[in-house]
Amino acid sequence: MEKRSARPAREIVVPGDLLDDSGMNAGNNTYVLDGNVYASVLGVKNIFQNNVNVIPLGGCYMPSTGDTVLGVIIDIGPSNWLVDINAPYPAPLHVNEVPWKVEFGDTSRYLNLGNVVMLKVLMVDESKKIQVTMKDSGLRRIEGGQIVEIPHSKVSRIIGKSGSMIQMIKNLTDCRIFVGQNGRIWVDGDDENTDVAVAAIKMIEANAQSSNLTEKVKEFIENKLPQVADEDDNGEE
Amino acid sequence: MSGHTDMVLVNDEGLRIDGRTAEEKRPIKIEAGVLSNADGSAYLEIGKNKVLAAVYGPRECHPRHLQDPTKAIIQCKYNMEAFSVSDRKRPGPDRRSIEISKIIAEALEKVVLTELFPRASIDVYIEILQANAGTRCAGLTAASVALADAGIPMRDIIPAIAAGKADDHVLLDLNKEEDNFGQADVPLAIVPSTDEIVLLQMDGNMTREEFDHAIDLAYKACHEVYDVQKEALKKRYTSMKEEVDSDE
Repeated sequence: MEKRSARPAREIVVPGDLLDDSGMNAGNNTYVLDGNVYASVLGVKNIFQNNVNVIPLGGCYMPSTGDTVLGVIIDIGPSNWLVDINAPYPAPLHVNEVPWKVEFGDTSRYLNLGNVVMLKVLMVDESKKIQVTMKDSGLRRIEGGQIVEIPHSKVSRIIGKSGSMIQMIKNLTDCRIFVGQNGRIWVDGDDENTDVAVAAIKMIEANAQSSNLTEKVKEFIENKLPQVADEDDNGEE
Repeated sequence: MSGHTDMVLVNDEGLRIDGRTAEEKRPIKIEAGVLSNADGSAYLEIGKNKVLAAVYGPRECHPRHLQDPTKAIIQCKYNMEAFSVSDRKRPGPDRRSIEISKIIAEALEKVVLTELFPRASIDVYIEILQANAGTRCAGLTAASVALADAGIPMRDIIPAIAAGKADDHVLLDLNKEEDNFGQADVPLAIVPSTDEIVLLQMDGNMTREEFDHAIDLAYKACHEVYDVQKEALKKRYTSMKEEVDSDE
């Protein structure tokens, strides 16, 4: 996402639209028929170097290796938990993949139904069997705060160019925010600030297509939290 | 098809009872993304037909025994509302709606890239709010727009339309009277980019020449419907399209 800079208005394509017939490489969300590249999802056409791909405007989250996601425990087995990570497939979390030493059958002492965990997608095989892990730095069980869900196609919008948007929200609201690749966002801070941060995220979700969003969101937060804006102006820059 | 009437379905000037020529389809209107709780949806009107389609998924397939470890399955449910026809329709699945659900699911399976979602299911619900002949085509047309709206990867969008024969004329897009008192009805759905046929049925009798003519008419009309479908999908996003670039 970061690599895109100002370029003429990008074109919205629907499945079956011809993207290229001059021999460019087919990127994500495209398919090749008779040497021509066609779009396979509703999205925005994007040409990068010699690749043509489509940035989807919707669709469900498909986990890929290395994603960090927020999951909710939905079932407990004697040696594993079943986690809902917003994908079409269940994600089992095995006791070997948690940072604690768990006795057989003792799983519910560590993570219980409804607990929210930060996970990393370890592996997704071709039959879409998912393996997730909690054994990595920063991965943990989440306590307190709020969870916001947005369509996963808008995650990159929340993060912004090299994290500019999310950093700005964090600075202005003084919240701890974690954005999972699956569209779940955890926000924690004092009550008023959390509410504003959540409202800001919802606003980004609703206005994902509009330009100059970082500025608009900044204004939005400053309106809601005037005192923070003042401090911020004197303090940082 | 079986009924008899003294009604003149096509007059001396070649005009039909609703004023259309033989090769004219009814006015069509499609809107994508009308339901917020479904993953994708579409509302379609063609003439007096009113159809709502909703798509969920891909999601975990229930019941489990239907799962296919190599690809996603498409489950389609076509349902006519009790109030969709002038005599109240007895609610619930019947032989006709089970058949239509099956052929629509099979047509959609041909374009959806199901192999990307093994073991999952994509559920399509088609509700006929008002029926006036040609609802299977209207349902399929709406369902494929709803699938695209749900962001499901597919090779193409499927348009569908019927042609038929009434009063010894080959007609495009039969309405209720022409369907009931006509001689044949041929619904057709195609993949526009390759012109493959994904749905073709025939009810009634026609000569080979009439059939070929009907198919030609339907092919041409399908391509027109396809443009309306694409328009509907693009419209959903262009209305709020300033540009995304500047601050990303």
